[in-house]
Amino acid sequence: MSQLSIRDVSKIFPGHKRDTPPTQALLPVRLEVADNDFITVLGPSGCGKSTLLRLVAGLETPTTGEIRLDGTRIVGAGADRGVVFQSYTLFPWLNVRQNICFGLREKGMKLSQQREISDRFIAQVGLRGFEDHFPKQLSGGMQQRVAIARALANDPKILLLDEPFGALDNQTRVLMQELLLGIWEQAQKTVMFITHDIDEAIFMASRVVVFSARPGRIKAEVAVDFPHPRHYTIKTSPEFMALKARLTEEIRVEAIAADH
Amino acid sequence: MKLLVPVRRENRIVLGVAFFIAFVALWFLVTWSGAVPKHFLASPWQTLASGWDLFATQNFGHDVGMTIWRVVGGFLLAAVIAVPLGIAMGVYKPIEAFFEPFVSFARYLPASAFIPLLILWVGIGEAQKLTVIFIGCFFQLTLMITMIVSGTRRDLVEAAYTLGCKDTGVIRRVVLPGAAPDIAEALRQVLGLGWTYIIVAELIGASSGIGHMITDSQALMATDHIIAGIVVIGLVGLLSDLLFKKVNQQLFSWSLLR
Ligand SMILES: Nc1ncnc2c1ncn2[C@@H]1O[C@H](COP(=O)(O)OP(=O)(O)OP(=O)(O)O)[C@@H](O)[C@H]1O
Ligand SMILES: [Mg+2]
Repeated sequence: MSQLSIRDVSKIFPGHKRDTPPTQALLPVRLEVADNDFITVLGPSGCGKSTLLRLVAGLETPTTGEIRLDGTRIVGAGADRGVVFQSYTLFPWLNVRQNICFGLREKGMKLSQQREISDRFIAQVGLRGFEDHFPKQLSGGMQQRVAIARALANDPKILLLDEPFGALDNQTRVLMQELLLGIWEQAQKTVMFITHDIDEAIFMASRVVVFSARPGRIKAEVAVDFPHPRHYTIKTSPEFMALKARLTEEIRVEAIAADH
Repeated sequence: MKLLVPVRRENRIVLGVAFFIAFVALWFLVTWSGAVPKHFLASPWQTLASGWDLFATQNFGHDVGMTIWRVVGGFLLAAVIAVPLGIAMGVYKPIEAFFEPFVSFARYLPASAFIPLLILWVGIGEAQKLTVIFIGCFFQLTLMITMIVSGTRRDLVEAAYTLGCKDTGVIRRVVLPGAAPDIAEALRQVLGLGWTYIIVAELIGASSGIGHMITDSQALMATDHIIAGIVVIGLVGLLSDLLFKKVNQQLFSWSLLR
């Protein structure tokens, strides 16, 4: 069981010079994520989505409130929360397989077992034949697939993804969405996925959390009940369209607010 | 010529050698035409002959060997301390705050100016030469490594933490491999710096070494020997540089990918 509980967490960044004011990135946020839930966090740029994810990852400390995973309070980063970052963060001196085994090696796992696990995830993200390639020899989409495999190989309780497909072209992005959703449908993991793409948010989520403009707070939570496995064709269904229209409106108001 | 586009290997070699030829040709011209008197500047041919004579009859090989060992010895001493210290300063900011101002100050102390003092302190033996090289290399190297390590990609460090690394794991598995190619490059450059100090150290109070040979030749007005010595220094430096570069490329082939 892995239940994430975000309790009145807010974040204020101090000004980085003496005369710059502090930034309130996040107003107190309260959010419960159930076991095996796939939530997407949707919001305009700069509303504090990454900040929230980094707080859950333990890379930032909350100004107020606390975050618990399975009842244990989060202090600092750890292998129980896998992260896929917005930017490409593969280790450039390691090849694909070594990148995927990074966390396994840290655990001191036997080589044969590392190999078995990495084989499985390399196949799952469709990178067979690229095991010995270095990150710079891969396209952006391939790099993010390795990053997903690297996070999953560690078998975290929860997977945190920060706009992982943000830099990809539309077609690749859709393929990656299906890939990730397929993995989730099989593996059943708790997932928190950040995006500013409405289609993406609806397609993958069992619940969409909509953020207000900065300072961020949760503005709405929308359940998405399409059955699994999902096929990309649902994106053209009337139900999908209706949901999209509703979220578009919510976001539009916030984007306008963010502009001022 | 396109901006920043690398040249092919063969062309690079041809271009590099071409300038050497042009340089020697010019040298030949100014000496052959008599524009510069012979006893000021020996001709290329004369230099080559003198160089041969130095090695064949005056045991110059021993001098070259001594000089190389002094440079490498002093450099290694500096590296053995500067590398760990620089890494510690790069990752632990209080350590940096403690040492950095002094190291920055010491970096500007001209190593050659210490020679008279060092002769007083440790005599004119090998210790004096090694110390000069050490002073010349150590502070520079420490600062360069601190800067390189400070530049470690924060996102990679964070990724490592989320994959379960603790501080030592991050240093061992992210900071070190990430900084290694640049550290190796810094070592290469500082070794070159060592070569510029050694000759000065050998000009005063030495009984062997390339610098010593040059001082001796000065007394005899043997400019051909001086120039041959200078050329040998250049060649040895170039050779060690190429060797270093080659090893770096072998070890860190990943960093050459674009
Ligand atoms: N380390 C920091 N120091 C100071 N301010 C910060 C820091 N990190 C984020 N902020 C501020 O907090 C706010 C929220 O940033 P955050 O990165 O969480 O936004 P975001 O929703 O992820 O935006 P985007 O969609 O563009 O990635 C921004 O105004 C940003 O300037
Ligand atoms: Mg962000």
